[in-house]
Amino acid sequence: MDSPGVVAAFWVLSALTVGSALAVFLSRNLIHAVVFLVASFLGMAGLFITLSADFIAVAQMLIYAGAVSILMVFAVMLTPLAARDNANSLFVLPGVALGAAFAAVVGYTAVNVDWPQVAGEALDARSFADTVRGIGDALLGPYLLAFEMASVLLLAALLGAIVLVREDRS
Amino acid sequence: MSRFAAWQALRAMGPASFPIGVRARAVPRLRGLRVAGALAALVLVAVSIAIGVVVVSGVLDGRWYDLRDLGIAMAHLRGRLDERFDPAVSYVASALIGATGILGFVGLVLLVLVWVERRVLARMQIRRGPNRVGPFGLLQPVADAIKLIQKETIIPRGADRLMYYLPPLLVFIPLMLVMGALPWAPRMIYLDLNVGVLYVIAVSSLSTLAIFMAGWSSNNHYALLGAMRTIAMMISYEIPQSIALLPVVLITGSMSLGGIVEWQADHNLWLAPMLPLALFTFFFASTAELNRTPNDIAEAESEIIAGFHTEYSGMKFGLYYAVEMGNATAVAALVTTMFLGGWSAFGLEEWVPPYAIFAVKVSAVYFLFIWLRGTLPRFRLDQLMAFAWKYLIPLSILNTFVVAVESSIAARWEVAGVVSLGLITLFNLGFTIVAARAWTRALGYRPQRERLLRPRLTTAVGGLLAAQRLQREATPDSASGA
Amino acid sequence: MSLPETLTVTLAHYLALSGVVFGIGIAVALSKRNAIAVLMGVELMLNGVNLALLAFSRFGAFAGGTEPLAGHAFVVFVLTVAAAEAAVALAMAVLVYRRRETVDLDRISLMRW
Repeated sequence: MDSPGVVAAFWVLSALTVGSALAVFLSRNLIHAVVFLVASFLGMAGLFITLSADFIAVAQMLIYAGAVSILMVFAVMLTPLAARDNANSLFVLPGVALGAAFAAVVGYTAVNVDWPQVAGEALDARSFADTVRGIGDALLGPYLLAFEMASVLLLAALLGAIVLVREDRS
Repeated sequence: MSRFAAWQALRAMGPASFPIGVRARAVPRLRGLRVAGALAALVLVAVSIAIGVVVVSGVLDGRWYDLRDLGIAMAHLRGRLDERFDPAVSYVASALIGATGILGFVGLVLLVLVWVERRVLARMQIRRGPNRVGPFGLLQPVADAIKLIQKETIIPRGADRLMYYLPPLLVFIPLMLVMGALPWAPRMIYLDLNVGVLYVIAVSSLSTLAIFMAGWSSNNHYALLGAMRTIAMMISYEIPQSIALLPVVLITGSMSLGGIVEWQADHNLWLAPMLPLALFTFFFASTAELNRTPNDIAEAESEIIAGFHTEYSGMKFGLYYAVEMGNATAVAALVTTMFLGGWSAFGLEEWVPPYAIFAVKVSAVYFLFIWLRGTLPRFRLDQLMAFAWKYLIPLSILNTFVVAVESSIAARWEVAGVVSLGLITLFNLGFTIVAARAWTRALGYRPQRERLLRPRLTTAVGGLLAAQRLQREATPDSASGA
Repeated sequence: MSLPETLTVTLAHYLALSGVVFGIGIAVALSKRNAIAVLMGVELMLNGVNLALLAFSRFGAFAGGTEPLAGHAFVVFVLTVAAAEAAVALAMAVLVYRRRETVDLDRISLMRW
């Protein structure tokens, strides 16, 4: 993890991710917020690549930046009379305080705990060349039950979404 | 003689006698021309023989001047750089060279394809197409670009500035990223990812949001309508497009684009006959993703002016136009890579540079796109969505299931590859025909029973339906059967 | 080429970053009025969690960690659940809008005491 390219990529991508995430909070327009959210997702995908998780990065691009954001766009467009100003509610101060407190606690913990890390050759061994096979084996091996449950969950969500927004023709 | 009859007489004399433009004056034939032509042909033959000898003798293989695969020259250059400099230098240098190559290729393709598309489309519509600027009108795209650059860019009142400026640039990014992942030759891949197939799908899905930004920020009803139609269509067609690639991955056992092409080269087989249903699904869904006729719901000039880029003028519009061409090229390249063997051509790639083979195949697929555009009418929006959700998605899921069963059987069955692959091909061809027919019948489509005896001109409103009604009235006995 | 020790990127960097993204997600989810904006916050939180999982999968040396790609598999599940959750939640937002012509969470107070 000490090649200069990776270090530079980490700082640039984390700036992009955090900056866009802050812009989601600060922007005055809901559509702008969606666009910044997508920028944040893409920065996150880049960070996944620096962690040598290519499959997850591409899946992140496909699912979050490609599908979930479009769903949000549709939801915004289907609620035309609702406010688009991305305004804060009454709980803005507690919300921000809680978020900042959480970030501070996690940051403090992350920096001060002596994590059991791998280093040197073991770390190089973890820079997977091909994660797809491994993930496939893991999903259909030890996590088979969870995998099936996830597929059932997806099917239920699909049907649920259709049933929820279906208009009665009667 | 009426004007119509005169026109018909002119038509009968063939297209060359159209009274369009000034006929070129007959050039007095130069005497030396034939001699020069013969000499040139001789030189060409000699050069071809020399190339053949050099290729067969194998002195080229692996040398830096083996231009059949530019990746070899690149590898040598990187080796030289690594000897003298830090590895970062060679990395940056090769990245720059590759990026320049891709950019240059895209620019060239955009310039040429605008001309090709307009000329071919004009031929299909029995007209001439651009033929004034330069020889054969070849400089027409340049003239268009200069014209577009000179035009004033108008920003609509009430437009969202930032989101109005960004999309023409943003739509280029997915195009470039897809172009970077294409395998041009065995070692000529800029970005050979292990997850290439998924990467291509994911990256091309990013352009949806740029299109939405363009439509929304224009502050125009038609632009927003076009954008929402585009998003609905692209989201729907992304599903069959990505499911159609699953059989390819199942058969080849690789998700990298280079690996897929290598599998086809090793087995001397293109995947097109093996997976006809997947090919059709991918091809059709791609035309929808590209907003091309027959699926150009997004632009539909006759309905919503120009869709999401209604309010874009000048070079911004030109960028959208260019991206459309470039995306079509990229999809043609993907079809070539996945289904038509990429750079492989049954051993021909030993002789001809593989990237030339690849380019020829891509042009052929692109021609198919133009052909579709010249032939088919536009779908209605509901028809298009119904086709995706009711037809393409179930069929492609079924196809994936069938191919999964086949490939797992083939993996366990100890038999020569020719036999198992041949059986899979035959079965899939039959399965495609049966499944497509059965599913259309299950959805309630019946092929037309009554024969239209001859085309009838009618002045009644309603086009073909009115013509059929008139014909039914004329022949009452056949109407009872319908 | 090796960089000075202060410049390398370690597990702590990724964990701190994931905490920051998660915190911003909390702030967005708790303090926005529009239901869709709240959902954006939730997605940001999930992203932060994914980053932490992947960072542990890359750097972590744990006794029970026999499966090297367990973190990746977990992230796949998180992505799946996030997609399902987004679909259902946005459908609910649209449904609420149809009934009450608003997605303002301060004004949807039917079940508030």
